[in-house]
Amino acid sequence: MTQQLLLYPLLFQLFLSILLMFFWTKIETQKVISIVGSCIAVFLSALLFYEVWNFGTQTVQAANWEAPYGITFVADTLSATLVLLTSIAGLAVSLYSSASVIPARLRFGYFSIYHFLLLGLTGAFLTGDIFNLYVWFEIIIISSFVLITLGGEKAQIEGAVKYFTLNILASIIFLTAIAVLYGLAGSLNMADLAVLVPQLENRRLVEVAAILFLVGFGIKSAVFPLYFWLPASYHTPPSAVAAIFGGLLTKVGVYALIRIFSLIFLKDVFLDEILMVIAVLTLFSGAIGSLVQRNVRKAFSYLIICHIGFMIGGLAMFTKVALTGMVFYLIHDIMVKTNLFMISGLIYRIKGTNNMKYLGDLYDKFPKLSFLMFIPFLSLIGVPPFSGFWPKISLILATLEQKNYILLGAIIFGSLLTLIIIARLWSEVFWKKGEELPVRKHFLYYQKMTNLKKVQFIAPIIMLTGVSLYIGFGAEHIQQLSSRIASELFDNTSYIEAVMPQNK
Amino acid sequence: MKTLILRTASNYLLPILLLFSIFILLRGHYLPGGGFVGGLIASIAFVLHAFANGLKDTKKLLKFHPGFLMPVGLAISFLSGALPVLVFDEPFMTGLWMHDAIPVLGKLGTALFFDIGVYIVVQGVTLTIIFTISESA
Repeated sequence: MTQQLLLYPLLFQLFLSILLMFFWTKIETQKVISIVGSCIAVFLSALLFYEVWNFGTQTVQAANWEAPYGITFVADTLSATLVLLTSIAGLAVSLYSSASVIPARLRFGYFSIYHFLLLGLTGAFLTGDIFNLYVWFEIIIISSFVLITLGGEKAQIEGAVKYFTLNILASIIFLTAIAVLYGLAGSLNMADLAVLVPQLENRRLVEVAAILFLVGFGIKSAVFPLYFWLPASYHTPPSAVAAIFGGLLTKVGVYALIRIFSLIFLKDVFLDEILMVIAVLTLFSGAIGSLVQRNVRKAFSYLIICHIGFMIGGLAMFTKVALTGMVFYLIHDIMVKTNLFMISGLIYRIKGTNNMKYLGDLYDKFPKLSFLMFIPFLSLIGVPPFSGFWPKISLILATLEQKNYILLGAIIFGSLLTLIIIARLWSEVFWKKGEELPVRKHFLYYQKMTNLKKVQFIAPIIMLTGVSLYIGFGAEHIQQLSSRIASELFDNTSYIEAVMPQNK
Repeated sequence: MKTLILRTASNYLLPILLLFSIFILLRGHYLPGGGFVGGLIASIAFVLHAFANGLKDTKKLLKFHPGFLMPVGLAISFLSGALPVLVFDEPFMTGLWMHDAIPVLGKLGTALFFDIGVYIVVQGVTLTIIFTISESA
């Protein structure tokens, strides 16, 4: 096997988006390239995952410059898993976009930008250099700006402005944090920083840098006081875009937090307490925020925030059990949240609205589809044996071990409210007697689509539901994977040695 | 701004600026310059031409939409970076160099092709933006 396998998922996404630019005006060709390309991307990521699982952490020094001077790309088990999940979600959404996004939006290079977004995500998961991480974040937000504004409706622009403002702010704070850290330690390589930062004498300034990172990534991952941009913007773009945003964009922020706080800023009581408070408040505010929403997609947006709390809580406890639960939850969450937004898109295409007040009757008219949509809901709530159940066991075990009853209460509260929200959604959208809505003239209804389009619409939902079911019923494997990732995160020496073998 | 002086001058300035942009591009490896600056200078040449003779004439001169330059440039840059990965199994962006120098150009390497890619992309982006703005104005 070639040494450079690590870079293939990354380079392939770049290749795809350049190729798609050559077919700017031919939308049908773009659809084919994007779907076939995403299949190949899944294959390449699976290869990388196989390689990392069997032979341990892989590294590549870009342009052959030795670490810590060059940019290192590192694939440990966490990165490889996330790259694989990104490519699976990418395939699903690519298939889904080809049926659900109207041609007027696809005309302006939708697929090309979409693959740039996937490139940014893959790069952020693979890089081992903190400034390079910033660059990937820029690629992610620039392409997400384009995706969120494509179409140019009034509500979209309004959402985009909020999204843009806060994300730019987050980038600036992130960049400042890098500058402070570079001024202190004189290095940008994360493994090198992991060695240097604990030896620094100016602890106060290190803490300042840590807080800056926390705020920057906190905005991106939508934690408690910094989440306002998310529910304000995620219900405006097409549901395909919202699916990839909801599934992966906030998770990149969480991933960055995990990396920074498991590698560079370790064992700091002050920071752990802050993270704990943030986790509890995020769980509360997200759940309560979701409770009052009458728009399906807004309710889901608040649920994203609520469930970020689980992961931050796991990170705050920082024991092996807690990290296992956190990683498991991350894996489960990416699949389920992507699926949820695709489901909201399906509801929208059937009824022409996402407002719970007017929705209803879905179970009566589409029993099979309703059953399909029911499974991700169960996974989301965490009804055993579905996928959301298993990580919560680990998380609750960890809180009991630490006698951290506040977080325990918050976790149970968050799960319970998720149950209530989904139960209410189910009764309002699926069981209630719905109103007859006036038929919109130029609206692409699901009922009027050709059979091929219907398959393109439903197949990604079935696919991700299948993955969710596997995560639930094959929990043993995922638990094994999560505990391996957790032990890698818990003891960062293997990561450092993989990047800089001369440091042994 | 269709003055005679500007129109006459722009006819001479266009090739000179283009040559200068290529000079800046080639100079860039060791000295200040490079693909980005070169690309900007080249697009200034076309923008000046558009000022003097109108947008239609410049578009006729270019013969294709400047937006097409973006994927072409990106592809050149991408290939120059990916070539070491695909052919020699070296890390991404590893510089590959020819052994012997060529007169005037100097030593050829993948870095030059990366810069040429940047040069083309910058032209494509700048001209697309400026042409679009001046069309809608």
